[in-house]
Parts: sequence; C-alpha cells; structure tokens
Amino acid sequence: MAKTHVTMKVNGAEVEGLVEPRTLLVHFIRENLQMTGTHIGCETTHCGACTVDIDGMSVKSCTMFAVQADGSDIITIEGIANADGTLSALQEGFRMMHGLQCGFCTPGMIVRAHRLLKENPSPSEAEIRMGISGNICRCTGYQNIVKAIQYASAKINGVEFQEAAE
Amino acid sequence: MNDLTPTREQRSAALEGMGCKRKRVEDIRFTQGKGNYVDDVKLPGMLHGDFVRSPHPHARVKKIDDSEALKVPGVLAVITAETLKTVNLAWMPTLAGDVQMVLADGKVLFQNQEVAFVVATDRYAADDGINKVIVEYEPLPPLVDPFKSMDKDAPVLREDLAGKTSGAHGPRKHHNHIFEWSVGDKELTDAAFKKAEVTIKEMISYHRTHPSPLETCQCVCSFDKIKGELTIYGTFQAPHVIRTVVSLIAKLPEQKIHVIAPDIGGGFGNKVGAYPGYICAAVASIVTGKPVKWVEDRIENLTATSFARDYHMTTEIAASKDGKVTGLRVHVLADHGAFDACADPSKWPAGFFNIVTGSYDFPTAHLAVDGVYTNKAPGGVAYRCSFRVTEAAYCIERAMDILAQKLNMDPAELRLKNFIKPEQFPYHSALGWEYDSGDYHTAMRKMMETTGYAALRKEQAEKRAAFKRGETREIMGLGVSFFTEIVGAGPSKNCDILGIAMFDSCEIRMHPTGAGIARMGTKSQGQGHETTWAQIIATEIGIPADNIMVEEGNTDTAPYGLGTYGSRSTPVAGAAIAMAARKIKAKAQMIAAYKLEVHEDDLEFDIDGFRVKGLPEKFMSMKDICWAAYNSVPPGMEPGLEAVSYYDPPNMTYPFGAYLCVMDIDVDTGVYKVRRFYALDDCGTRINPMIIEGQVHGGLTEAFAIAMGQEIRYDDTGNVVTGSFMDFFMPTAVETPHWETDFTVTPSPHHPIGAKGVGESPNVGGVPAFSNAVNDAFSFLGSTHIQMPHDFWRNWRAAKDLGAVA
Repeated sequence: MAKTHVTMKVNGAEVEGLVEPRTLLVHFIRENLQMTGTHIGCETTHCGACTVDIDGMSVKSCTMFAVQADGSDIITIEGIANADGTLSALQEGFRMMHGLQCGFCTPGMIVRAHRLLKENPSPSEAEIRMGISGNICRCTGYQNIVKAIQYASAKINGVEFQEAAE
Repeated sequence: MNDLTPTREQRSAALEGMGCKRKRVEDIRFTQGKGNYVDDVKLPGMLHGDFVRSPHPHARVKKIDDSEALKVPGVLAVITAETLKTVNLAWMPTLAGDVQMVLADGKVLFQNQEVAFVVATDRYAADDGINKVIVEYEPLPPLVDPFKSMDKDAPVLREDLAGKTSGAHGPRKHHNHIFEWSVGDKELTDAAFKKAEVTIKEMISYHRTHPSPLETCQCVCSFDKIKGELTIYGTFQAPHVIRTVVSLIAKLPEQKIHVIAPDIGGGFGNKVGAYPGYICAAVASIVTGKPVKWVEDRIENLTATSFARDYHMTTEIAASKDGKVTGLRVHVLADHGAFDACADPSKWPAGFFNIVTGSYDFPTAHLAVDGVYTNKAPGGVAYRCSFRVTEAAYCIERAMDILAQKLNMDPAELRLKNFIKPEQFPYHSALGWEYDSGDYHTAMRKMMETTGYAALRKEQAEKRAAFKRGETREIMGLGVSFFTEIVGAGPSKNCDILGIAMFDSCEIRMHPTGAGIARMGTKSQGQGHETTWAQIIATEIGIPADNIMVEEGNTDTAPYGLGTYGSRSTPVAGAAIAMAARKIKAKAQMIAAYKLEVHEDDLEFDIDGFRVKGLPEKFMSMKDICWAAYNSVPPGMEPGLEAVSYYDPPNMTYPFGAYLCVMDIDVDTGVYKVRRFYALDDCGTRINPMIIEGQVHGGLTEAFAIAMGQEIRYDDTGNVVTGSFMDFFMPTAVETPHWETDFTVTPSPHHPIGAKGVGESPNVGGVPAFSNAVNDAFSFLGSTHIQMPHDFWRNWRAAKDLGAVA
C-alpha cells in the first residue's frame, strides 16, 4: 500500500516516518518510533491504555490514524517525567499512593491525569472520577488512583497532601 | 555505642521487612512507561500471526481455500489443521485431561474458534490475509443451553469422543457429558433431609464471565534451527508448566525450550492455560525460521480464551426450626463449552468446589457435579479465585440468606449460630477439608460493630414501611457475606498439574557486599512480588529489602515452580522464601560463630546480624557475614552463601472475611447505588498492608462488576453478544464504589510465616455480598432468589415481576 510521509513533535522532538493511510497512531508510536510505553488494551476506544496527549487534548491513539496526527504536538508517557529525569508529581503520586498494580493501564492513566490537572489543577474526587472515566483499570479499583491524582494536585499547588479518611 | 548508633527500631525499619507499607519497586519503571510487556518484545525479522475464526457456533468445515490469501503482499503462510497434523499438533491436551483442537479439524464447535493461522510480515498484512481465506462451512444445530446438553436428541458435539464411555474423570453418561464428580456421604445427608424441620431448595446460577486482564494473551516464539532451540516470550502465569507442556506435546527436549514471561498486564486466571495462539506461533516459527508474534485483540480475548464460572447450582439446606444447619446437598451442572479446558489441579474436575460447606459446621453434606459440553468457548478458568471457590462461596452464602429468610432470622445471626467455633480448628469439614485456623465470630462481630449493622437493619425496616405506605420508591438491601477460602494449592498428596506436584520454589544467592538475588517459581501479574518477596527475606535474614533483587519468569534461571494463580504464591512460594532464607541464616550463623570465636549456640539473631548472648558488644552484621562467606569461612565449609527451597505445603490455607454491602435501589428504574461497602479480611500474617489493601480494592471491583453486570452471554443461536467492552460490563472510576477495608489476624499454624494469601478473597467474598444486598432489598416484596447479574434492567424486571412497578 502506498505510504504517506508524516512529521510530528513527540515529547518535544521532531519525528517523521512513512505510514500507510490506515496505520493507527498507536502503532506508529509503538512500532515506528519504538516507544512502547503507550499500550493497547482493546483497540475499540473503550479502555484508554493507549491515551496520549495531542495538541493539549487527551486522545485514544488506537482510534486515530497516524496521518491525522501529521503536524501535531504529542506527549506520551515517555515525556511525562521532569526535565531532570526525576518522577513528575503524578508519577510520584501513583507510586506513593499505590495507584497501580500490573502497570498496563498506568501510562494512559497518567497521561490522562496530566491533562486533567492542566484543565483543573484542584479537582474534587467526583471530578477526578469523571475525568478518568475513559480509562479502565482492572487491578486497583480506582480508589488509590484518585488518591494519586489528589497527591499530585496538592504537590503541584504547593499544598500539603491530606489523605481523606476512610 | 554513641548517639549515632541506630536504635533497634531504626535498624528494624531500615530493613523494610514484613509488616511495612513498602513502596513498590516495580512502580519506578511502570510509571515511566518502561515496563517490558510481551507486545514490547521485538526480534529481528519478526513476523505476525493472526487467526481466521469461525462465524458459526457449530458447523462442519468443508473446505479451506488459502490460494488468494497467499497472494496478498506480506503473507507468507497459512497454517491449518492439516499443516499441524504433519507435526501431530492439530489437537492439544488441556489441563483438565481433555483434548482441544488447536485449529478446526473437520468441524467448529464455538463461535470465533480458531480455523486457520495467517503468518505475515506485519499485523496489517496478516489481517489482509485473513480476509482472503475462504472457508466453506456446513452449519449444524447449535447447543447453547447446558440443561439441554444431555437430552436424548441433543446434537453430538465431540465426534472425536464417539464410543468413549469414560473420560479423564470416570464414566460418561451421554455423548455431551464430560464427567460426574461426587463427594460426601449421600446416605447420611439424605437421612438428614428426611428428618429436617426446615429445608430450602434453590437453583442458584453463577453466570459465565471472563477475567479479561487489560493486557490480552500474547506471545513471541522464536525457533533457532541451528541449535534446535525454541524461545517463547509469553503472558504466562505459570512459565515452567508451559515449558513442560510444550516439551511434551512438541517433543522438544525441555532444556532446549526457553520460556520467558516478562512484565504481565494482569492475569486473573486468564493466563494460566495453553491456547492455540501459542502452539500456532511456535509452529509458524519452526516453519518459517523466523520469530512469530501473536497478539490477541480484545474481541478474541473475550470470546475465545478462557471464560470463567458458568455453574448452575441446585442447593438444598436442612436445618432445625431454631436455625441450626443439619445438612447440605448440592448438585452442579457445569458448562465447560466445547472442550474441558478447566485450569484445575488434575485430580479436581470441579476444583475445590467442595469447600461449599463454607464457614459453617455442617454435620453432613453431599455434592455432585456434572460437566457438560455446549457450543461455547472452552474453559473455565479460576477468575481471581482458587479453583471454583468463588462459585462455592456464592452458592453457600446465597443459600444461607435464603434459609434466614425462610426462618425469619437475621442473616448475620444465622451465620453466627452456625459458624465453626475457634476451638474446633483444625476443623474437618463434611466434604473432606481440614481448615487450618479461624476465628469467625470475632471477625463477624467486628464487621457488625464497625458498620453499625443493627442501626442499618432498623433503617431498612423503616424504609420498607415507608415504601409500603407509598412514601418512597427506593428499597434498601444489606448484603452480608462471610466466606472461607481454600488457597495455596497445594500439598503433593492431592494436588498436581499433569503429574507435577504443586510445590513452589525460591533460590536466594547472597553477594559479597551484602546484596542478593532471589529467583522464584512464581510470576507476578501485578501483585508486586518484586516488592513483597524481598520484604520476607529482609525480615528473615536482616538484609534491607532494597538490597534484594527478585527475579521471576525466566525458566532458564528460576527454580521450577508451578506459578501464580489460585492465591498460591504467598502460601506456597512465600513459604519457600522463608525456608530458603532460613538456610542462608543457618550458614550465616556458622560463619558468624567462627568469626566471633564462639560456639554457634552462643549466638542469637538480632534484627540484622548475630550477637553473642550476654555480650552485646560482640556482634556481626549480616552484611559483614556476606563478605566473610566469600573470604573466610570456617575450615571445611564451602564458600558462598546461597540456598534453594522447594516447598511442598502440608495443607492448604483458609483465609476468611466478613463483608457488608449497603445498597439502595430505585424500583422504577432499577438503578442501584452502593451506599457503603465494608470488607474485613483475615489473611493471617500481613506482609505489606499497602499491597493487601490494593489487592482488596481490585478484587472487590471485579466482584462488583461480576455481580452487577459483567457477563459473557450467548443468544439462542450461539452468537456471543458480549464481545467488546461496550457490552461486557467493565466498571470505570465513576461506577466503582468507595471501599472500606479492615482486618483481623489469625495466622496459619502450618505456614512458616503464618501467611494465608489474600489476592482472591475480595472476589470470592465480594460477589455474594453484592448479590445478597440486591436479594435482601427485594425479599420483603416476596422474592427468594434473583439470578445475577443484577444490572439496572434486571432489577427493574424483578421489581415489575414482584408487582412493585406497574
């Protein structure tokens, strides 16, 4: 099948590649760019494991063609850590609050939470739950993911994190 | 000693041993997208394989034409049953003693069954090839309802079994019958029912569902023709078992098979068995000489690799008028689909379902299970439960509520009246188990006090009265569940898989600088073994957990183990770790005695080293002992400090718990709200409370999904109608309730560190709590039992059937 040339910015670096018109963005990221942090859980837009950030929006990359992302600015899980390589507030929050188990949903969940906190730096629990409802986790029951995002929110806002009583 | 000398508390805390909420080692890589899952494995020249699947639930395969497919650019081969027959692999053995088609051989027996395997240069080309394979089918009548499997005129599903009057588990009664398994004293039980003052009888179904981990089943097979070696990267919960199975069925020498299970994205029982994809990818690699990757998509996962449950349990309890149980009689109709691909220990065709007497002191019981074939996907696996234990727990916990209703007794009170008493342990159950330890009354009372159970019942009574007066359209249910699990399979005297005893193993090797590596026969799929196993070692030998690396999943380096499922890792491998660590400690003591110039008996272990009794200044740290082990061991002693333990457990462990679900249901819409869910778990000694709590949250969420909607459903013609996350209920953060966790600690008396295992308890105990809440809510309107799953529509339907909705 004829291939199309695409260029985009991924985690701040210019990348390019030749793709078929039908190549899914998630396959371009995982296979062409060899960045395997973005996962595939359902290929039907339900689970959110493939979530990446495109031009300031959370997008499920299994439901977008690579050609549609031509010229866009993308952040994947590999671009979430702090510039000095340390864990970002969100990554730290997920670890401190035990917000992950098998780790398969985690990249999509963190990338989604990254955008959520940009849109709403101090979300309520209900807003967090609604905000991550496009991402399925099979291991944690979400409770500690909510805490992880609250932890990150507190840290970003420079306030002390107070764990809600059970 | 001076002010800088760490206190005992500081030394102990520095180890991050058992009981510590140690943060997980795994999270550093997982939070950065640096995990290494099977689909991340890329080998030079790697090809992709994918399946042509049957649209029919039951059909004869007349012809497979691959000529057009082979013309598709990138397609290299199409493998069919005929290809596989040349290497004698068209069929494979299942763990349950049955055989299963790898690719359709003459006919197909369930929708989405594997028919042909297309091998291509990438996954897109493989898909193009699939679309060009032309298969000619002759449809046959489908058999969907297991209750019709043994009808006289039921279609013959398994033609390969024609004339076989017995199977792996004894006689077959019918051409669609797999096995009958019975246990208990029938005569005594029948007699108990004859003289019973009160009896109940109900057909309690536990519907078909699916474990559906977020990462599907997948593998990469690479055959090296020169060396004759096969390397398999796969999503395997039991890598060593896979290696042995591959060796036996592919006739390859076991030392030439390298099985590697890298990071696994959840398992929940889905990744125990062997699936056609593994066999086809291996054969494709042998045929093409190149590595071949197979990655299941979600639809394939839900519709083809193992389902769970599908048990239909006719349950009877005999009791006295004052609520003392006197007998239990259960008959189960087990729907296994087209092939019995149960992943149970070999001698247990219905798993440990005979734990069905639960937490209660039944003087007698009888159980019979009939397994049957239908035109559905093969299975079933243990979805986050020890083998068939969640079915058993649901059966007895639902039945106890039905009995309570009949006796007009409070369900909690009925349970308290019939619990096995603390002084009865070790307790021999009527169906043959020896419960190791338990204190059920304490756990139940703690649950009732913490939740304010009495006040909740009072509120419910008021709401019911208000409902009857027409003042509210909301009904309230309290779901009590008190489960006893049986986990840690298992003792070699009664547990094996394909003849291999179900021990587990640990090898610890300490390095000169006071660091070490522990290699395991288990395989984490999210349980956090890299974190918790190191904690056990830290406490046992006094080396900080941070200095211990845990390695799992490589059959070349790990000692043989039976893997991770059925909550067996802590009860079996956890014990192996402690035993291996104690061997290290024993040698360390000899080295310390030599270095400190005292007799071994004059030393005592003190947190992180050995101290001379009565001479506190004379101390040698484990770190220094590690160095000495490679430098100056006593004369005649071999240098080095390593140990291996293969642990054959003397008994199973029996975790238990008391759960309460408080639910409100709007009768006009069927919409429910879980107001509160409280889970008290007793898993014996607690290794990492943070991880235990996380496991409970996750298991409860699965239980919530199963009880309230998650179902693999077939229509009357054998079409599976729940093939994606659109139809298969997968709760998000919005639907998922808030979880309250609590605990008591009753250590296992036979386990080296007293631990019992916890991962599956919340799924086992959670399902009955939700279902009992729904049933309890409706009971005052005159119902005794409403089948799961309790989704909005079914709740509304129940309200309508009971006359609560016009």
